Amino acid sequence: MSAQVLTYIFVGLTFGLYIAIAIWSRSGSTKDFYVAGGHVHPLANGAATAADWMSAASYLSMAGIIAFEGADGARYLMGWTGGYVLLALCLAPYLRKFAKFTVPDFVGDRYYSQTARLVAVLCVVFISFTYIAGQMRGVGIVFSRFLEVDIDLGVGIGMGIVFFYAVLGGMKGITYTQVAQYCVLIFAYLVPAIYISLMLTNVPLPMLGFGSTVNDGSGMFLLEKLDGLTQELGMAAFTEGKKSTVDMFFITAALMAGTAGLPHVIVRFFTVPSVRDARISAGYALIFIALLYTTAPAVAAFARLNIIDALNETEYQALPEWFSKWEDSGLLAWVDKNEDGKLQYRGGAALEPAKPIFSGERGASGERLVSNEVGASTNELYIDRDIIVLAHPEIAQLPNWVVALVAAGGLAAALSTAAGLLLVISSAISHDLLKNTLARNLTETQELRWARVSAAVAILIAGLFGIYPPGFVAEVVAFAFGLAAASFFPVILLGIFSTRMNKEAAISGMLSGLILTTSYIVYFKFMAPELNHAEHWWFGISPEGIGTLGMLLNFAVALVVMRVTPPPPEAVVNMVRGIRIPKQAT
Amino acid sequence: MSQKDQQQPDTQPSGAPVEDLARKAADEIGHQAYWRANVRTLLSLLLVWFLVSFGCGILWVDALNAYSFFGWKLGFWFSQQGSIYTFVVLIFVYVFQMNALDRRFNVDEDR
Repeated sequence: MSAQVLTYIFVGLTFGLYIAIAIWSRSGSTKDFYVAGGHVHPLANGAATAADWMSAASYLSMAGIIAFEGADGARYLMGWTGGYVLLALCLAPYLRKFAKFTVPDFVGDRYYSQTARLVAVLCVVFISFTYIAGQMRGVGIVFSRFLEVDIDLGVGIGMGIVFFYAVLGGMKGITYTQVAQYCVLIFAYLVPAIYISLMLTNVPLPMLGFGSTVNDGSGMFLLEKLDGLTQELGMAAFTEGKKSTVDMFFITAALMAGTAGLPHVIVRFFTVPSVRDARISAGYALIFIALLYTTAPAVAAFARLNIIDALNETEYQALPEWFSKWEDSGLLAWVDKNEDGKLQYRGGAALEPAKPIFSGERGASGERLVSNEVGASTNELYIDRDIIVLAHPEIAQLPNWVVALVAAGGLAAALSTAAGLLLVISSAISHDLLKNTLARNLTETQELRWARVSAAVAILIAGLFGIYPPGFVAEVVAFAFGLAAASFFPVILLGIFSTRMNKEAAISGMLSGLILTTSYIVYFKFMAPELNHAEHWWFGISPEGIGTLGMLLNFAVALVVMRVTPPPPEAVVNMVRGIRIPKQAT
Repeated sequence: MSQKDQQQPDTQPSGAPVEDLARKAADEIGHQAYWRANVRTLLSLLLVWFLVSFGCGILWVDALNAYSFFGWKLGFWFSQQGSIYTFVVLIFVYVFQMNALDRRFNVDEDR
């Protein structure tokens, strides 16, 4: 069977499964809708958290980034896993004991302030929409690449599926579909990785394979060979970083604190029955996440090696079949700079600007011509990072069913994250904005109806973002982490660990963190992008890492302000003492 | 602010008021000791977290890269593999230590 037929079958089967789960797990109350009734098994919550967390970016893009950045890719690997240590140790158990529904719930109650609650609602909605736009786009891309469906129709189908289980089932439906989606996505990620690891090194586990010797008879270690090849071709050695230590440090810290402060992740820990379950559940979640995150750098190294092997110094006509397929979709481009009919893959950018602008004509060898300036380097190959996960099974000549599996996995990753984000948006609107602020006399049934309506509206907006992606999506994803790190993380942390922390300190801390982070990013990304180089940055910190500085400022301002303003009311102090103890002695 | 303990109906007063007060004071001291022990556990685990990820994975990565570990340079291994394994272990050590602490201070959820 062809890869396309198999893809239809796999995608159809998995979608059928998600719908069946949705019908089986409908929500009957607001508690079901917001936190799945609060009785999700910690293992199930671990898997759901992993699927919730691992987005289209983790699944489709991360290995690609590492493949081309080598050692610098570690900031994502450590940042997006290390945050779970912070979450498990410093936030999750106490927030579970707090036993409410949302992050703005905590901020509003702990800081006895509607202003703080509303700032939190705004941050939640902004962070979540930023994120969701990318997910819906990811769904569209997978559909269009593998099923040759129009990208907009793909987004529409994805919206329909999410609509079904998110609106019907709320958190309960989302939780159990996420468990299924985790299984699909991890299987789809590991199978090709294991195949390729066996092909290159004879070691079945990719996370060990990439530290082993290659089986080409040379007896060299895989990374040693890759370092040699990359340097020979005038690229940075794979295992050497190019980013400055200070920038790596700040970016990693921002990603970690941001991960711990992301509302759609935090809220998953409201769904387990007890404090002890919240702790162990974070452990399960990280095991599930680590399976993908320890495999990704291996996939990256294998792919880089395979690509150099398959393409470098090959004549255009002799290039493998996948080359022209991905060239047609614009993810690859070749310019025959020295007119020898062979592809030279070297260091440096092939084109200027970096992304190809196809002129619609074909060159001497049949390649698609581009109208870009050719850069100063001798590199003739443009290669999009996203190709690594999508095309690697074809590059490694794996059977068709593996190729089809990758598509189903990509959809699972994007849909599961989108659903988790939608729920957070809908509960911020129906619970925090309506029930707790504007319309306090809503009945349970009305609130549930509003939750469903806001989920439906959020899906429509998310779909529009997917169909008409705002140009700034990629730019603002880093912003989402910076924002979470500079706003929520310090305020929640201090709210638990200091009984003296008060409203004034929280609001001034959040604002100063937000303002610093926002203005730095807006300045370098939108107002003066031409100055976005290390020599103009403060202390060498890129906009990606500025969230850490925002976070430190938030902490500093809060710690000073709380010393010169009145302490919080007795009831709040008692609440903080209460959430620190799993259960009062009897 | 309706932060009443719906979760813990078992905190209802029972017995004579004087005993009640005495028990409350004892609880208070117990809870403070529990919290201090909790924070100590956290700080020691976070120290390891910091040393492995920010230390071995970022600050000392070049120095560690002088050594090799199977087929990896050591610093590279820490930043792309070792730190992640350490994070997983840290969370499970935390769970184990906290469960023991909960039982020792009589605040675990099983009773």
